[in-house]
Amino acid sequence: MLRRYGLRFTALGYLTLLLVLPVAMVFRRAFEDGVGAAWDAVTTPEAKHAFLITIVIALIAVPANTIFGIACAIAIVRHRFPGKGIVNAIVDLPLALSPVVVGLAFLLLFGTGGWFADLPFDVIFALPAMVLATIFVSLPFVVREVVPVLREIGTEQEQAASTLGASSWQTFRRVTLPAIRWAVAYGVVLTTARALGEFGAVSVVSGRIVGKTDTLTLHVEERFQSFDYVGAYAASVVLALLAIATLVAMSVFKPKEGR
Amino acid sequence: MLVPLAAVVWKSTQGEQSFWDAVTEPQAVSALKLTFFASVAVALVNAVMGTLIAWVLVRDRFRGQSFVNALIDLPFALPTIVAGLTLLALYGPNGPFGVDVAFSRAAIVLALLFVTLPFVIRTVQPVLLELDREMEEAAASLGAGAIQIFRRVVFPNLFPAVLSGVALAFARAIGEFGSVVLISGNLPFKTEVASVYIFGRIESGDPAGAAAVSVVLLAVSFATLLAIGGLRRRVTRHDRAA
Repeated sequence: MLRRYGLRFTALGYLTLLLVLPVAMVFRRAFEDGVGAAWDAVTTPEAKHAFLITIVIALIAVPANTIFGIACAIAIVRHRFPGKGIVNAIVDLPLALSPVVVGLAFLLLFGTGGWFADLPFDVIFALPAMVLATIFVSLPFVVREVVPVLREIGTEQEQAASTLGASSWQTFRRVTLPAIRWAVAYGVVLTTARALGEFGAVSVVSGRIVGKTDTLTLHVEERFQSFDYVGAYAASVVLALLAIATLVAMSVFKPKEGR
Repeated sequence: MLVPLAAVVWKSTQGEQSFWDAVTEPQAVSALKLTFFASVAVALVNAVMGTLIAWVLVRDRFRGQSFVNALIDLPFALPTIVAGLTLLALYGPNGPFGVDVAFSRAAIVLALLFVTLPFVIRTVQPVLLELDREMEEAAASLGAGAIQIFRRVVFPNLFPAVLSGVALAFARAIGEFGSVVLISGNLPFKTEVASVYIFGRIESGDPAGAAAVSVVLLAVSFATLLAIGGLRRRVTRHDRAA
């Protein structure tokens, strides 16, 4: 009995010190000078613009990764092709790769002297590179959630549908998609969280032009470095609230036991 | 995906100094060493605390448990820069506890512990749920103590999951940037991790030097991923045999 409480106490104590208290602290710091000051800090033109940029990036990156993720998962599970094992490992790579390295990669490709430097429009230090970097880092989530479910449901229903004369698109839309929809939803939630919160890769490729290529996470750092702590903490609260909303969505969509 | 990474590898050989010189520059070596040792320390702490927390979440029953369970994913959902800021608010200058670890190596370990918290818990939890309690009961009826049961019966079953969680946490810690950048102070030779070093090289217009150190990180992450893949294959084979 004593041991059980000891373990419980240790586990909860560790989580409190590492997770709960720090996050609670941000809320306290943000509202130190009152709710009004915090509200003013997140409604400055720069903050609003950063918020807009973040949303635009997420609106492009999340659908792109959802479509790619489903296609890629189907390719990995349902088809055989040479180099499949490598593709499988590469899909996971963004999870293990430093975001700064990802940023550097795009900088080298599209920056001055890069392989694709002569495009007719700005890529680096502009929105396209930020979107590309975000797509890169949030790529694995849908794939990783959908692959195990596709394996689990097998091909029998899909085969039945095609023997009944369904085209492959019909089979996908009426049979496969309903079966994987929760996994897709869960993957989309994770992708969105990552896309909204990306910092390292975006900070390398954006050039951090305030009021132009600032995302919400970059805005937090920029405010902090300019000693505007209320601004930094208030923007952090916005991001933390988004994270909490993500957690709620995750517990709704989480694959349940035995499903 | 491969084209951008190929560009990094290519660039790492294009600098004024050779790849080897760029990687063995004292500041780079010190950053890589710090990153490596901090990540190992973080992986070890995670192995112990992650297993313990997973155990409490699966075997214990208390009020608010599902809330705690949902909370575990917070570091995945929270942007890393916010994570760094939160830790700085609590364990930095003017923190409420008077604990100030800002701009020290302890701060780096703290930030890495925060962002890697879920990995071991989330790999161990499902295995622990599936684990047959009859084995433990059999061991207990044969006179084994609680510690003996854990060491001889439970732990061998959990080990592959712990290892794979630790590897994921290690890979993440090696490349972490956002949470570390505010709290570590980025003092060269002291609290500068590899990602921050790369960032600094980029900012000061030395993409080749940045690329060289990046290649080292790339190699480490890829090796870790391959190791995890191998581990998974071994575990599934074990399942099939059982």
